[in-house]
Amino acid sequence: MAKESLSPNECRDMLLAAADKIIEAEPILTDADRALGDGDHGIGMQRGMTAVKGKLEGQDFDSIDKPFTTMGMAMMSSMGGASGAVFGTLFRAGGKALAGAESFGAAQLADFLSAASEGVQTRGGAKPGDKTMVDALVPAAEKAEEMKGGSLPDAMAAVASAAEAGKDASKDMIATMGRAKTLGERSIGHPDAGAVSVSIIFATMSDFVAS
Amino acid sequence: MSQKKLINDPLKVADELVEGLVEAYNGDCVHVGQRSLALKNIPDNKVALLVGGGSGHEPIYHGLVGKNLADGAACGDIFAAPPPDIVLEGTQAVSKGNGVLYLYGNYAGDVMNFDIGAELAEEEDIEVRTVLIWDDVCSAPPTQKENRRGIAGLVPIVKLVGAASQSAQTLDELEAFAKKAVLNTRSVGVSMSPGSIPATGKPTFDIDEDKIGLGMGIHGEPGVAEIPMKSADELTPMMLDLIFEDFEKDEEIDALKEGDEVLLFVNSLGSTTMMELLIALRKAREVLNSKGIKTYDVMVGPLVTCQEMSGISFSLTKMDDELKKAWDLPCQSVCFSKMEGRYGG
Repeated sequence: MAKESLSPNECRDMLLAAADKIIEAEPILTDADRALGDGDHGIGMQRGMTAVKGKLEGQDFDSIDKPFTTMGMAMMSSMGGASGAVFGTLFRAGGKALAGAESFGAAQLADFLSAASEGVQTRGGAKPGDKTMVDALVPAAEKAEEMKGGSLPDAMAAVASAAEAGKDASKDMIATMGRAKTLGERSIGHPDAGAVSVSIIFATMSDFVAS
Repeated sequence: MSQKKLINDPLKVADELVEGLVEAYNGDCVHVGQRSLALKNIPDNKVALLVGGGSGHEPIYHGLVGKNLADGAACGDIFAAPPPDIVLEGTQAVSKGNGVLYLYGNYAGDVMNFDIGAELAEEEDIEVRTVLIWDDVCSAPPTQKENRRGIAGLVPIVKLVGAASQSAQTLDELEAFAKKAVLNTRSVGVSMSPGSIPATGKPTFDIDEDKIGLGMGIHGEPGVAEIPMKSADELTPMMLDLIFEDFEKDEEIDALKEGDEVLLFVNSLGSTTMMELLIALRKAREVLNSKGIKTYDVMVGPLVTCQEMSGISFSLTKMDDELKKAWDLPCQSVCFSKMEGRYGG
């Protein structure tokens, strides 16, 4: 049965599902990054999500923000690299915006993604169109804002589609950030690996609230 | 085909190599926190020098911790920047009350993680400054140095800044010196075949058998062109010309001219042999001599590597009296040691 709102421990279970999905997707992420970078994104995300599982599994949470900020800290500390700083900031900055929330519904999803998107752009300096994970995150945050008065499963599904579309759109972009930037026009045709990760995470979160 | 590697758990490669490195220092260095190392007995009030970056490029960066070199290093996982808490642990270990200079290669991941580390250090009242290394002239034009990568030029730069840090009175002074060492150092690299990621065994990039990646980065980032395979004597002048051209085009520094003195560093990216380096070095000296440029000193060896990547890079540091004085100071570390005096000229 679809979930209209989540408790802190349900948020934890949703994030654990995303962690499992990313670990499973390691070969896909490695191949995506090899096309543009040095191919370490899959291993980095796998390591980060393994650390996330270590911090979240069996842990009882009494506030909505904690599962998210704990995930962010675990990723930042275990991964390093650009991915660690960026994905760590996504969950840490987004999670902080949920302090005091009583449950996680469509409005909280919008708050989470708005703060996450702002935090990531401030830290990394990437803007939409630079062919980074921001190209999946920003449309997702905008969609969440649009859908914040509705139901969580609807909002989450729309967010997942927006991230997926953003990831696909990154194929046609020219990289201007990170190691791929020296590829210039040769970067066209491949999606950004970080955007692939973002779309997998949101798709898994959507499946979780829909089931 | 996956590369054969003598390792244990592929996900513990960075941790285990740093443990081994600390053993190689045999007491001169201590293992700090999760994955940093620091010199023992850093003098009180010294302006400290912390370097670092992803592992997998041994013997740098962590092998440059040593006498008259870096005071400490924050080590990331393979090809990944160290996380902020590792940077903080390294910072705490080297800080002696007179500020810490971060000196590392210009990569997005390193910049973000070291910046977060600096924010954490400043919460503990440790003053931090950052100087980025961007010596790879093929990674962006001289008007966009903020987009350049740091490659093998880091070795002469860290050597020079480490020496200067022994007598620097303030963090300002060391920061200014480091900026000059970076400005005066330029590199060009080529790659002939990729290295591999230890955890996956997969190559970091693909290149045709009969091609050379001109200007390729130390992780296999694309360079300026793929060119047909060449002999050492054909390739060496072509690479050095790119460096000369960069000094000419850059408005922030004078072109290299007759009578100028340079440090020459010939580096192997991993599997290119000392034999090949020496053949290229011989030609490089000939090219410099023909232009009337004096070689103040020479470094050669596989110091900035990417596993079994094959390739070579040249770095030139334009010397002045202040840089020469710093160069002449003897130093000792696992990566690079230098005795009294010099042998070039």
